[in-house]
Amino acid sequence: MLTRMARRLLPVLLLVSGLVACAPADEESPAPPGATGLTTCTKAQLQTKTPGKLTIGTDNPAYEPWFKDNKPENGQGFESAVAYAVADRLGYTQGEVTWVRVPFNTAIAPGPKDFDFDINQFSITEDRKQAVDFSGPYYLVRQTVIALKSSKIAGATSVSALQGAKLGAQVGTTSYQAVTDVIKPTGQPQVYNTNDDAKKALQNGQIDGLVVDLPTAFFMTAAELENGVIVGQLPQVGVPEQFGLVLDKGSSLTGCVTQAVDQLRGSEELKRLEQQWLAQAAGARELT
Amino acid sequence: MSVSPSPAQLDRIAYRRRQTLLSVLIAAASTLVLGVLLVVAVTGAPGWERVRESFLDPEVARDALPDVLRGLWLNIRLLFFCAIGALALGLVVALLRTLRGPVFFPVRLLATGYTYTFRGLPLIIVLYVMTLGLPGLRLQGMPSTLVLGGIALVITYSGYLAEVFRAGIESVHPSQLAAARSLGLSYRQTMRFVVLPQAVRRVAPPLLNDTVALQKDVGLVSLAGPIDAVRAAQIHTAETFNYTPYIVAGVLFVLLAAPLIAVTDWVTLRAARRQS
Repeated sequence: MLTRMARRLLPVLLLVSGLVACAPADEESPAPPGATGLTTCTKAQLQTKTPGKLTIGTDNPAYEPWFKDNKPENGQGFESAVAYAVADRLGYTQGEVTWVRVPFNTAIAPGPKDFDFDINQFSITEDRKQAVDFSGPYYLVRQTVIALKSSKIAGATSVSALQGAKLGAQVGTTSYQAVTDVIKPTGQPQVYNTNDDAKKALQNGQIDGLVVDLPTAFFMTAAELENGVIVGQLPQVGVPEQFGLVLDKGSSLTGCVTQAVDQLRGSEELKRLEQQWLAQAAGARELT
Repeated sequence: MSVSPSPAQLDRIAYRRRQTLLSVLIAAASTLVLGVLLVVAVTGAPGWERVRESFLDPEVARDALPDVLRGLWLNIRLLFFCAIGALALGLVVALLRTLRGPVFFPVRLLATGYTYTFRGLPLIIVLYVMTLGLPGLRLQGMPSTLVLGGIALVITYSGYLAEVFRAGIESVHPSQLAAARSLGLSYRQTMRFVVLPQAVRRVAPPLLNDTVALQKDVGLVSLAGPIDAVRAAQIHTAETFNYTPYIVAGVLFVLLAAPLIAVTDWVTLRAARRQS
């Protein structure tokens, strides 16, 4: 009786223990961050996804003015240009760079990454550093309110004048945080999956104003919105907001990538790229 | 007068008791073994520490909870109104689709077209058209985004519910209709007093099942701006790059669904008992 039961149970037990045996083996532990000191940032030393190639991630679609025509591989647009400049510093030619499209949520998930670094207007914050590595900053960003010319807030000059307005922002952005932390509107802000949806709501009059970063504000009001105006830049609160490249937590490349970005900043290369691709992004009214 | 059981009966009782005890022990042991193996497999995985930090961080959960709850309140309100609206509209469409007689052909055609279209059309697309498309017309008296989103949900779900109602209506045997009509009841009275009471009772479980599904889908209106529980979790996740808020929202959704699912089970059980 019992032996028959044991015989019946045996396959089950085997199956379960098989499942456990299938659990992935330990990955080889990654080198401690920054261990690849200052001298070893050469292509031969870098442990990239594909040896000899640099894999860079960004979202799909990739928006202007950060990229051009949703083609990160064309080297045009500020972030595409920065990515290739970083690759160049690390010793990769243009042909040795491959792009992968990584949605925002995937880029920050704890699993293994498909990219060596991701460039997609990620703002550096202390909280986020718990989950991913950031390179040094490559752009200082300001949050900006845009509206339609017909909107009641189009002429606003102060933050307090925005508090009664219905404001929107893209989900997951520091623009949204700027709405809740800096403007503190009386009504709940509206949140959209993409800036495209938010733009539609702005055109429909479903929101009075939209908060985006300054270069995006310039691009939207100049090229995309027919009657769009920049209301003004929001004041900075606390540490200035900066964009950084995102790497896997504890990536062996963080040190070298940061070094490359720092060199680009030191040699004024970043400033030059900024002027080339984001040149018009100066001189929007400051909201008080 | 009491009859003492025969020795054979006593043996049988004792044997059954032993068997029951044995199966309880085996069930407990196998549950324990499986549980331990699962815990070992998950917590022993090389990425476990990392996953635990980013999905099960109590501090992040505590921070996110108030916002997620505020979002959940929106889900609950939407669910309440959309469920009522979808059930009512679904019933109407089902009644129209089951009308008899050649005069009603266009009505049947419309009702059939409705269920075909809105069961086939992805909810997201209906939501986009209703919440971001319609307001673009800039008509006077356009309802708020939330109401438009609710209408999109009602339209889509009533397509499913109409078919469930129709299945119920058609499951009532034709002899019942004939009997009702021969008693002198009008078509409307037959529907009201003979067909629908039986039909609705029969399809109550699938109706409730669709309501549970609706509960998870109402949150999709967040694509048009309002912040529901999942959106609130997404916002917190983006701030910290930590996924714990999603787990918080998930647990709340399960808790919210539990009573409805329990009612569904109870209704099904009761119906089964009545029929046996």
